[in-house]
Amino acid sequence: MSMWELANPKRFMGWTAPVLPWAFGGAALCLTVGLVWGFFFTPDDFRQGSTVKIIYLHVPSALMAINTWFMMLVASLIWLVRRHHVSALAAKAAAPVGIVMTLIALFTGAIWGQPMWGTYWAWDPRLTSFLILFLFYLGYVALWAAIDDADTAADLTSVLCLVGSVFAILSRYAVNFWNQGLHQGASLSLDKEENVADVFWLPLLVCIAGFVLLFIALVLLRTRTEVRARRTKALMARAARA
Amino acid sequence: MKALIARDLRLAVRAGGGFGLGLAFFLIVVVLVPFGVGPEREVLARIAPGILWVASLLAALLSLDRIFALDFEDGSLALLATAPLPAESIALAKALAHWITTGLPLTLAAPLLGFLLHLPGPAYGLLLVTLLLGTPALSTIGTFGAALTVGLRRGGLLLSLLVLPLYVPTLIFGAEAVRRGVDGLSPTAPLMLLAAITAASVALLPFATATVLRINLR
Repeated sequence: MSMWELANPKRFMGWTAPVLPWAFGGAALCLTVGLVWGFFFTPDDFRQGSTVKIIYLHVPSALMAINTWFMMLVASLIWLVRRHHVSALAAKAAAPVGIVMTLIALFTGAIWGQPMWGTYWAWDPRLTSFLILFLFYLGYVALWAAIDDADTAADLTSVLCLVGSVFAILSRYAVNFWNQGLHQGASLSLDKEENVADVFWLPLLVCIAGFVLLFIALVLLRTRTEVRARRTKALMARAARA
Repeated sequence: MKALIARDLRLAVRAGGGFGLGLAFFLIVVVLVPFGVGPEREVLARIAPGILWVASLLAALLSLDRIFALDFEDGSLALLATAPLPAESIALAKALAHWITTGLPLTLAAPLLGFLLHLPGPAYGLLLVTLLLGTPALSTIGTFGAALTVGLRRGGLLLSLLVLPLYVPTLIFGAEAVRRGVDGLSPTAPLMLLAAITAASVALLPFATATVLRINLR
């Protein structure tokens, strides 16, 4: 059996139904454990005090904000190359999740930034590129919403996603050029000597796992809804003709 | 392709408004800025490069929806698509026509308006050069956006939402080069990057535009 058969809408509905509760359950478990552990059972940072704990929401959501776009890019490519309808619907379903992740990252960052940097917002490269990413998401969702024909919408948004990805990366490095950063560098890299301390790192890992599972669950759920909506539309069209 | 460009130019000049409108808009935005921020010479000189770049970006945006919409409505776009000319060439010709009617006049008018904003001396040449380098990118990116929204009834607003984020890198490098010129730094690096963006957009985006056009004309 080829893995592409899993993208057949009927098969997709079949295998996602049992996966969904596990994904939601796992997300709930990981987030509960990670957040409770992070909020109540880790020490305060010696300089940042308890504000450091916003990291358990900020880092996973920022990670997912970027990876959601990446997943949409992959799904768009699959749609353009192999014409799997479920793939296009999954990209459509992921976009609003990505928007929310971006907003969570921006808002938690702002809340943390006020006591730490003395400002809610700075035109820092990372912050700015996140705002731009947010605009890209908005454009993508708006284009989906504006086009009536489903296949045309899938095609056009896929091309937009491809071109947008190139420009999003360009913008990311262009803003580096344009202003100096206030945001700290990467501290979770696997190949670096100096990373975040283990006390914070372990619950953070659990939270990241929780966000990934939550993302999977939400996207599967939303894709299932899209598949059902598509079926309903087809049935109604058939009924109208009869 | 030449015939198509010539036709678009003639239409832009003759069919009322399209040609001068962008320029007039550019002028008005620049005139409005001092009312907003006050007439102090230093303040205006400080923000002039950015204002001129943002204003020319908006002026270029203004005429984008005319690139394909009128041709789509009267059916000539469908005719063009059946012509022996490949869709990529149509996209490039349209972008070029848009640049000649919008980007080029904006570039030429910008130093004049820089005068209004007390743009410092060394920046004039740079402003001209950056706009000359940058506006072709604005036109090709805009043509892509126009092709995306061609079949939509209320495409205009959506078009700006789609195109403006794509303009960010061009704007950053263009305005940064002028600003560095004002501050007496070397503008070479942003100029090179600006040229790279334009070269890549002109070379690659017509393919994306053509793909989108074919989808929309299906």
